[in-house]
Amino acid sequence: MERIPILKMGKFLLVTIQVDLYDRLALTLEEDLIQMVHKTGARGVLIDISALSIVDSFMGKIIGNIAAMSSILDAETVVVGMQPAVAITLIELGLPLSGVHTALNVERGMALLAARMPEETDSEDVDDD
Amino acid sequence: MWTTTNQNKEQLSILHDRDVIICRNRIKEVAVKIGMGIVNQTKLITAVSELARNMLIYAGGGNVIVEVVARGREQGVKIVFEDKGPGIQDIAKAMQDGFTTGKSMGMGLPGAKRLVSEFNIESTVGKGTTIKIVKWKNG
Amino acid sequence: MTRNIVTALQENQDRILDQWVNQRELSEDFGGNFNSFDDLKAQSSELLTAVLENMTAENITDLYASDLEPLIEYVSGLTLSRAKQGFSPRETATYIFSLKDALLKVLGELITEDPKELYRSTLEISKFIDNIGIVSFETFIRGREEVILGQADEMAELSTPVIKVWEGIIAMPIIGTLDSARTQVVMENLLQGIVETESSIAILDISGVPAVDSLVAQHLIKTVNAIRLLGADCVISGIRPEIAQTVVHLGIDLSKMVTKATLASALRYAYGILQLEVRKAGKEKSNL
Ligand SMILES: Nc1ncnc2c1ncn2[C@@H]1O[C@H](COP(=O)(O)OP(=O)(O)OP(=O)(O)O)[C@@H](O)[C@H]1O
Ligand SMILES: [Mg+2]
Repeated sequence: MERIPILKMGKFLLVTIQVDLYDRLALTLEEDLIQMVHKTGARGVLIDISALSIVDSFMGKIIGNIAAMSSILDAETVVVGMQPAVAITLIELGLPLSGVHTALNVERGMALLAARMPEETDSEDVDDD
Repeated sequence: MWTTTNQNKEQLSILHDRDVIICRNRIKEVAVKIGMGIVNQTKLITAVSELARNMLIYAGGGNVIVEVVARGREQGVKIVFEDKGPGIQDIAKAMQDGFTTGKSMGMGLPGAKRLVSEFNIESTVGKGTTIKIVKWKNG
Repeated sequence: MTRNIVTALQENQDRILDQWVNQRELSEDFGGNFNSFDDLKAQSSELLTAVLENMTAENITDLYASDLEPLIEYVSGLTLSRAKQGFSPRETATYIFSLKDALLKVLGELITEDPKELYRSTLEISKFIDNIGIVSFETFIRGREEVILGQADEMAELSTPVIKVWEGIIAMPIIGTLDSARTQVVMENLLQGIVETESSIAILDISGVPAVDSLVAQHLIKTVNAIRLLGADCVISGIRPEIAQTVVHLGIDLSKMVTKATLASALRYAYGILQLEVRKAGKEKSNL
C-alpha cells in the first residue's frame, strides 16, 4: 500500500505532502504519524502542504486530528507553506484550523518550534550548574 | 472513466475515494479552460470535493455531470451531483454550520454553498439527493 | 440583386471610387481628417475592394453569412484604427454611409432598362451599407467596453498596492469602501505579497475606508484569519475614533485582531515582534 514518507529531523518530524491525498491515504498518514511521534518522542510535527492545491473539510479534519493527538503526546504541530488560494478557500469554507500553528515555509516552521521549546536546551544548562 | 453525454456535458461516477480526486482534477481542467482565476478554481474544486465525498459517504456513491454554461459574456462551470441514497430529512438543518449525522464537522454542505455562485439542493427521503452548483468565472 | 449586377459593379470599381472620393461632402467633411487626398483615396479604395470582393447576390441580404466574415473583420479593424486616430463613431459611420451614394449613382447608370430591378437593387445595397455602418458602431462600442473593463481591473489593482516597508513587513493601505469584491482582491494581493516577500507581518491600513459596518468587519476578520493560515500575522491600523465608536455600538468583536490607531504604531508593533529596534543614530555615537 502507498504511504507518505515521514522524515525525522532532530526532535521534529517532517511530512511533505506532494500529491492530493485520497481519503484512505490521508487516514493512513494520520495513523503513521501518531505512531512515529510516540516511537521517536518527537516534540514537533511539521506538515508541508505547499504542493497541495486544495484542503477540504476532510483534509482539514485530518490536520486537526494530527495536531490534537500530537498535543496529547506533548508534540506541537505546524502546518507550513499553505498556498494563498487554499487559505482564502479554507476561511470561506469555515475552517480556520485554530488548533494548529502555521509558518510560511519549513525553515520558519522549524524556528517556530525551536522557539517554543527553549526549556529543553536550557534544562541541560541548568543541570550543569 | 469520463463519458461525453453530448458535446459539452461530461459525466463521472463516484464509487471510490480516488474518484473524488479524478473528479476534482477534471473539473479543475474545465475551469482553467474557461480562464477562471486560481482562487475561484480552488473554491470550486473544494466545493466539488465536499459534495462528491458526501455522496460517497452518505449515499454509497453517485454521478457527477459537468458542463460549461454562459450568462451573457461570462462563462461558468455547472455541476450536478445526483445520488440514489437515503436522502436528507431536514435540508435546512443539514445546511447549518456544524450539523452532522456522521460524527464529522458538518461544514461540507454550508461551506460548499459559500464557495460557489449558485447552489440548489433537492432531496427526497428514500429516493436520493440532487445538488446543482454553478461557479461563474469571476464569481 | 442578380449576379450580373454584382459583376458589373465589380467591373466598375474604379468609377465608383472616383465618384466616391470626389463627392463634395466627402472631401469637405473628411478632407481635414486625412493627411492628404491620396490618403483618403487609398483608404477608400481598400474599403471598396473589401465590399465588392465579398458581396454576392446571395449574401447581400444576409449579413450573417459566413462568407461575409472577411468584410466584417475589415470594417471592425478600420473602425478600431480610426477610433485610435481620434475619429468619432459618427464620423466613421458617415464615411461608410457616403459610399452608398457613389454605389447607387453608378448602379443607376448600369441599370437603365429595368426600373423594377433598379428599385430592388437600390434597396438591397442601401440596407447592406447600413448594416456595415451598424457593424462599425458595434465595434466601436465593444472597443469602449473593453477599455472600461480593463480600467476597472487596473483600478482594483491600483487601489490595493502592496508595499514592502521593511524586511519581513508589508503594508497595504485601503482607500474606499471595502465590499465583497474588493475584499477578494485585497486578500489575494496581500496573501500573494506575503508569500512573494516571505514577510511575517502584514499591516492593513484602513484609514481611507469611510465606514466599518459588520460586513466590513467580517471581511477584515476573514483576511486576518487567511493570513494566519499562511503563517504570518496581520495588524489592522488606521482606526479612526468614529470607527472605534461604530464598531463598539454595533457590538462587533474585533478583540481577536491586533488593531492600532496609526500606521506608525502598527509599524512599531511589527518591529517589536521582529525584535528590531529603531534608535536615533546620534544617541549611540554619544554613548561611545
Ligand atoms: N448526499 C447525501 N445523502 C444523504 N445525506 C447527506 C448527503 N449529503 C449530506 N448529507 C447529510 O447532511 C449532513 C451534513 O453534511 P455536511 O457535508 O455539511 O457535513 P458532514 O459531512 O457531516 O461533515 P463534514 O463535511 O464537515 O466532514 C451529513 O451529516 C448527512 O447527514
Ligand atoms: Mg460532508
